[in-house]
Order: sequence, then C-alpha cells, then structure tokens
Amino acid sequence: MNEKVIYVKNLVKKFGSFVANDNLSFEVSAGEIFGFLGANGAGKTTAIRILSGLSKPTSGEVNVAGYDAYRQTEQIKKNIGYMCQKFSLYEDLTVRENIILYGGIYGMSKSLIRERLADLLAKLHFQEYENRMISDLPLGLRQKLAFSVAVLHDPKIVFLDEPTGGVDPITRRQFWETIYETASRGITVFVTTHYMDEAEYCDRISIMNEGKIVALDTPEKLKKQYNAASVEEVFIKIARPN
Amino acid sequence: MGGFKNSKGSALDIINLLLAHYMKRFLGFVKKEFMHIFRDYRTLFILFGIPAAQILIFGYAVSTDIKNAGVAILDLSHDEITLKLTDKIFSSGFFKKTENLLNYNDIDKVFKKGKTKAVIVYEDDFGKKLIREGKASLSIISDGSEPNTATLITNYTTSIVNDFTMELAGPALKNSIRISPEVKMLYNPALKSHFMFVPGVITLILILICALMTSVTITREKEFGTMEVLLVSPLRPIQIILGKVMPYFFLSFINVLLILLLSWLVFGLPVKGSIILLLAECMLYIMMSLTLGILISTISKTMQQAIFISLIGLMLPTILLSGFIFPIENMPKIYDYVSSVMPPRYFIVIIKNIMIKGTGLTYIWKETLILIIMTLVFMGLSVRKFKIRLE
Amino acid sequence: MINVVESSDIAKSFGPIMALDDISFSVNESEIFGFIGPDGAGKTTLFRIITTLLLPDKGNMKVLGMNATTHYKELRKNIGYMPGRFSLYQDLSVEENLNFYATVFGTTVEENYNLISDIYSHIEPFKKRLAGKLSGGMKQKLALSCALIHKPRLLILDEPTTGVDAVSRSEFWDMLNKLRQYNITIIVSTPYMDEAIRCDRVALIQNGKILSIDTPQKIRAGFSRKLFTVKAIEKYRLIKTLKKNPEVMTAYPFGDSIHVTLINDSSDNSLFEYLVKEGISDAVIQEAEAGIEDRFLELMEKA
Ligand SMILES: Nc1ncnc2c1ncn2[C@@H]1O[C@H](COP(=O)(O)OP(=O)(O)OP(=O)(O)O)[C@@H](O)[C@H]1O
Ligand SMILES: [Mg+2]
Repeated sequence: MNEKVIYVKNLVKKFGSFVANDNLSFEVSAGEIFGFLGANGAGKTTAIRILSGLSKPTSGEVNVAGYDAYRQTEQIKKNIGYMCQKFSLYEDLTVRENIILYGGIYGMSKSLIRERLADLLAKLHFQEYENRMISDLPLGLRQKLAFSVAVLHDPKIVFLDEPTGGVDPITRRQFWETIYETASRGITVFVTTHYMDEAEYCDRISIMNEGKIVALDTPEKLKKQYNAASVEEVFIKIARPN
Repeated sequence: MGGFKNSKGSALDIINLLLAHYMKRFLGFVKKEFMHIFRDYRTLFILFGIPAAQILIFGYAVSTDIKNAGVAILDLSHDEITLKLTDKIFSSGFFKKTENLLNYNDIDKVFKKGKTKAVIVYEDDFGKKLIREGKASLSIISDGSEPNTATLITNYTTSIVNDFTMELAGPALKNSIRISPEVKMLYNPALKSHFMFVPGVITLILILICALMTSVTITREKEFGTMEVLLVSPLRPIQIILGKVMPYFFLSFINVLLILLLSWLVFGLPVKGSIILLLAECMLYIMMSLTLGILISTISKTMQQAIFISLIGLMLPTILLSGFIFPIENMPKIYDYVSSVMPPRYFIVIIKNIMIKGTGLTYIWKETLILIIMTLVFMGLSVRKFKIRLE
Repeated sequence: MINVVESSDIAKSFGPIMALDDISFSVNESEIFGFIGPDGAGKTTLFRIITTLLLPDKGNMKVLGMNATTHYKELRKNIGYMPGRFSLYQDLSVEENLNFYATVFGTTVEENYNLISDIYSHIEPFKKRLAGKLSGGMKQKLALSCALIHKPRLLILDEPTTGVDAVSRSEFWDMLNKLRQYNITIIVSTPYMDEAIRCDRVALIQNGKILSIDTPQKIRAGFSRKLFTVKAIEKYRLIKTLKKNPEVMTAYPFGDSIHVTLINDSSDNSLFEYLVKEGISDAVIQEAEAGIEDRFLELMEKA
C-alpha cells in the first residue's frame, strides 16, 4: 500500500507507576484520515503528544514522518501540524497577525506567507475577519482557522485533538470538509473526536480503552465485526464490555 | 442519646449550630488556601529561602568583619570605674585593644593607621560624675567608611555599657545612674549602615508576600474560572477575602519571626526597642499589605496584571523610594512626594526606630497612624470594590 | 406548579455586541430544559444572568420565585452551577476538589454520594490524582460531581458533556434523569444535537435570540421537507457532487450517509441519474425520517 508516515510498535508511556499507553502498535499511511477514538482517559492525548514530539515515550518504537520520537523530536515538529482544543491561536492577535506569526515560526518566506494568507482568507470566506482579534471570533471559526494554520506549512501529518469539541453542527460539518480537502492533498490527518458520527467519516479508526488499542480497522469492517449498526454501538460495546 | 434531644430547640444551640456551619465553610476555604500554598513548594521556597539567604549572606559577611576589630581608648578621666569598664569591654572577646590615646588629636591619626575601627572616649571626671550626679557620658567614635563594622562595634559596646551600668547600680538603684553613650561616626556621620538591610528585607518581603501573593491567588481564581463557582456559592465576599488573607497573614508573620531570629542569631542584631511593639507594627503593616493585595486583585483581571501591578507598582518603589537602597534625602523633591504615598516608607521609619534606635511609640505614632489610616482605606475600598458579580 | 425560572424580555449587550435580545421563557419544576445553539449564541451570558453573576440591561429574571438581581444572596445557596470552563483547582486532587465544594456548600460528600455516584465512580479510582493531571473528559466529570454535590434545587450546566466520551455522555443523561426524583430542576446547554432528545423541552438560541421553544418531538415534527439519505463509498466525492447539483437544497454528512433535501420534493428519481452521470454508480438513496439535528440545521440555515 501507501507510504507509512506513522509507525508505532509496542509504545508504552507511564506516569510513575500508572500506565497511560499500554503497548500500542499501529501504522498510518500517507493521505489517510485516521480516527483515534477512545473513552475519557484512555490515553489518546498522551499518545498524540508523543507522536508530535512533545513528550518522550517510556519504551517502544515510534517513528513519525521518518523520524525517531526519542532523538529527532525537532525534525518531527518541523514536519507535522498540531492542533489541540485549548490553545492554538493567540487570542490577543488578529487573524492576519496569527498567520504571519506561524508562517514565521515555521520559517516560511514572506512571499509564501502572503500567498497562503490570501488563499486561506478566500477559501474560508474569512476576508472580513482578517483584522479581527481572535478573541472576537466564535469558537467554530476559531477552530477552522486554527486548523488552517496547523497545515499552513504543508506538513506531512496533522494531529487534531478534539478539534470539533463544542462546535455547532453546521460549522462541524464545514470543518470536516476542510479535513477531507486536506487529506486529498496528501496530508495525513490524525484526529480524535467524541462525536461518533464523525468517526464514520474516517478511513480507518482505532478504539482505545484504558491505555490499550482494542479495535482497529475501517468503520465498515468494525461494524461488521461487532455486529453493530453504527460506530457508536461498536464504541459502547468496547467501552462497557459487560 | 435521648438526653441530647431536649436541648435541641434552645436558642444558644441554634446559634452554635449556625456558627459551626459558617465556620466550617470558612475553615474549609482556609484549608484549601493552605493546600494551594504548600503544594507550590517553589514559591514557598522563595518566600522563606530568599530572606533567609539574604540575612545569612550579610550576616556572614559582617561577622567576618568584626572579628578582632581594633578599638582604642581615650580615657580622659582615668579612674576606677573607667578602668573597670574598659576591662569589661575588652574581656568580652569581640575587640582587640590597639592603643591608649592621650588626646583628641590622636583619634584621627589612629584611624588613619587602619587597624583601629573605633575609639571609646571617657569624659573628664567620668567616675566622679557618675557617682555624684548619677550620669556620665562616653563617646563611641567609629570609622564610618566601614559601616557594618562600625555599627556592630557601636551596638556591642553600647550593650556592654548598659550591662555594666546595671551591675554597678545593683537592682535597687537601677534607674538612678546612667551612662549615656554618645555615638559618633566619622566619615559617614548619617550612619548609612548595612544594618538597614534587615529592616529593608522585612519591609520588602512583607509587602511582596502579602500584596503580590494575595492579589495573585485571587486573580488566579478569576482566570481559571473557579471564581465563578465561588461567587455562586453561599460563601460571602468577606469570607472569601478573609479566607485568602488569613494564610498569608500567618505566613508573613512566621517570616518576620524567622528574619528576626536569624539576624539575631547570626549578627547578634538586637532589637533595641520593645519586641512586642515591633511585632504589633509588623502585624499592622502585614494587614495593610494584604488589603492592598486585595485591592490590586479587584482591579486586575489576570494574574499577569496582578503581578505587574504588584512588582512595578509596589516592589520597585519600595526598593527605590522608601530609603531601602537610596536615601530619601538625596532624592529630588518629586520622588519625595511620590514616596510619601508609599506605605513602605513609613514602615521602614517605624522598624528602624524600634530595631536600631530603640525608640518607643511616642516617636513613631505619626507613621503608625498613617499606616492605620491606609489600611482602613484599602480595606474599605476592597470590600466595596470586590465584585459580587462578573462583569 | 411553580416556575423555577421565569425570564421576561431579558436583554444584555457588551459594548456594541447584543449578546441577548428579548429573551423570554419559563422553566417548570423538575424539568430538564435544554439550550441548544452555536458558540457565541448567548447561552453562557444567559446562564450567568440566571445564576446572578451578571445583571441584565433590561427585563426581569425570576429564579425560584425570587428576583435574581435583588435576592442574589439567597439564590446562591440554592443553585448549583457548572461553568463551561473547568471550574476545578488544578493543584488539588480529585477528592480534595470534591470535598472542598461540599464544605463550601455546607454538606459532605457522604451525604449526597448517591447523587453523583454514577459519574464519580469513573474517576474515583484516581481520587488521589491532581485534577490538573486528569484527561479532558475526566475533568468534566469531576466538575459535574462538584456542581451536584450540594443537591441544589436548580442545577445549571453550561456544556457539561463537551469532551465527554459517547458512553459516558449517555450515562450522564441517565443520571440527570434520575435527579428528577429529588425535585431538582435542570437547565443545560449542549452542542450535541442527540442530547436535545433527552430534554423535556429545548430552546434553540442563535445570535442572542430564541428561535423556538418546544418539546424535542414537536421540534422534530417541524421538519417539513422530504429527507433522503444517500450512501456511497467515496464520501467526499459524493458530497461535492451533490452540492454541485442545483436541484439539491442541502447536503449534510450524517455518519456514514449524507442527508439531502431537494428544492423540489418530487424530483428524487432524477438525483440517482445525476449521480450516475457524474460517475458515482454505487449510490444508495432512501427516503428517511428526519431527526432533531436535521430540524436544527434547517432552523439555523434559515436564521
Ligand atoms: N502528567 C500526567 N501525570 C499523571 N497522569 C497523567 C498525566 N497526563 C495524563 N495522565 C493520565 O493518563 C491517562 C490518559 O490521559 P489522556 O489525556 O491521554 O486521555 P484521553 O484519552 O485524551 O482522554 P479524553 O478523551 O478525556 O481527552 C489519564 O488517566 C490521565 O489522568
Ligand atoms: Mg484528550
């Protein structure tokens, strides 16, 4: 199949004696939309932090975009985009200033930044917001913008940790269209969500429970395997096995 | 068990119950504050570590200075009592006798030689005056170019002289004789000594802990969204304010004791005046700083603002304007006016007076009154400005 | 039956922004009343007015029979509130947070444990852990337990299930249902449309205005058009193709299918032909009953 951009084998992450990631193994290919599901506290955010070079694994093999997660975290960071629900944009800067700032951080040339900025504003119908402070934007718009900023530098992979948490249904759907569009450009999308309908939009999903990956396949196959009508049912069967 | 039921309705019981109810709430809140404080061991370390370290470093530097400091004697009286006193001074083990001088002109010379750090001068007929009039005077002239040593020698000598007076008079005559040591510092007559450091540290640390820490803990609750829940709870604003204030009152007071104890142990720095008065004044100053902290928190929305206001608005002026480092007299008038609204300026006068000069309330009532008024004003403002709602 | 909350003509603006505009509604005792609407619609502002944290510019807010402006002290004893942001002390443990809120509200954890056990039991194994080290959803569960621990008469929850996993969400709603038996009235906001079904009544709020208030069943029944579900393997292509068709009024992805409404309700046969012509030959088109989310999307599009 396709080129593998994430390769994880027997990944373990411990906090003290508590095992947050328990022997995870999976691979993700280029251009794939990979849904990373799991109950609260299952260890999704913990794993994403490791994959994006923000924290070190306790043991196991982790390779992201061709770089090793123990030693080459700087290279990893250059080649990925990262968006978490809480913080991604500076609230006291304008839309335009945020984009210029991030372009600068990733070492993009001035002309490229200007070009992308224009693209982005046009694509998101954002022109009227160009000089608005981030704190004045509604959450949905903010999240869309944060996502665009996360892929501004054309990373190989973008990690999205609950990007649509709390977002209204219309904006949520627009958000997923941007995700599709991004994946069609060959960027791998690694996304967590608690909206089970969104899980259906993914090419493949993994479902975690208490630190372990319990199931991993396409939504269709999982539904068949668990004899369920929706991913939500699969999820319930995994999270509450009795 | 049944016996308790009878008393259930009595008014006193209900009051007790209510009290217990409110107190429990309040104490629960105070307990939480202490947990915040003790969890944050870094800040705690800074709070207690820095003042202690400053005192220790200075104490060490000073105590090496004083060892074997040379002292010369100019005894114009040369009687039994002066001999005895001289003997006592040198037998204390702190000083080394360099020379016996013959007249005032020798003083300058002996200082120039460098070994002598202080000269003790007995006036004419010292012994006779003391016995006949019940008072006599002696001067301690020290080399002000080394203020630490000079101050220390002066202080030590003074206390030895006081001791001596007591012995001489005996318990019955306690108040009837007096030796008044007259302290004179050559080359640095205003006594800008590094001893000011201890009052300075206390002044600074107190305003820092109290104002900065209280304003930060309150704004932290605003920023993290917990204030929203507290406001909707049955806790009353005054309970929240007091709950925030109490732990820091306690901590700051411990800090004062710690600084005083350390400076006494290490430097032998005595508190010349009443220790009770000193502690009472410290409490007043602590209260003032705490109310100031709350006031700051009512006007700042974020921790950053609170820190900024406290540091730039309080700490810097305390260091720069209250005479902590730069003497007020040498400053342009405008700074003098500015510093006159700074509470530390008054406190430093109070604490210096009590600790170093040993004066009582009569000399510092004005400053005390100013601090009391400031406390009341801040308290009134902060209770009034404390937001019972979001904005 | 008394009205636990009675809001008449409430308005509130922040500078030039009209956050709430003539909001009127009433909530009955023991009712679960939901507010649904996009971020920035004014839900949080409204909740803050109900909880006495903000004063309205205009209008009258009566809570538990008392005026929210003048009787805030009494009200604060009887309201449980969970703000949207985490209301926890990050440097205190799970257990310490819960104990603190219990004490402040004059109760103990033991006394009302039965109220919170369904949700709290998920995080109880980690009760010694600092709240700052919990996962997002775990924090949310703890905040909820803290808001409930004093058994308030009125419980106000601002997006309590955001970040909570699907299973726990449904358990959480079971728990809210159980609270009815203690005569606790609940006002809740949520971005999850499927949760609207579980409220007794819901109000749809957008741009500071209430668009409609009704039972979820009636709101759903308000959907007037024919609805089709369309499925195909290539979802992204399917949706792009559908949106290109001028016959198609709306096309929204819903899980594994796309919900489509047409400008002319009778032209569904031509849709299949259109898709085949565009190269999507595996499409399966079915007429379907609209859910509440379909209706909300319709209402929000119109507004
Ligand atoms: N720094 C830390 N120290 C101790 N435990 C931690 C730390 N960070 C995370 N944990 C624990 O690891 C577990 C997994 O947390 P993680 O944030 O990865 O969950 P999650 O799958 O992202 O959950 P959610 O869906 O709620 O966001 C939790 O039990 C959490 O409390
Ligand atoms: Mg997470």
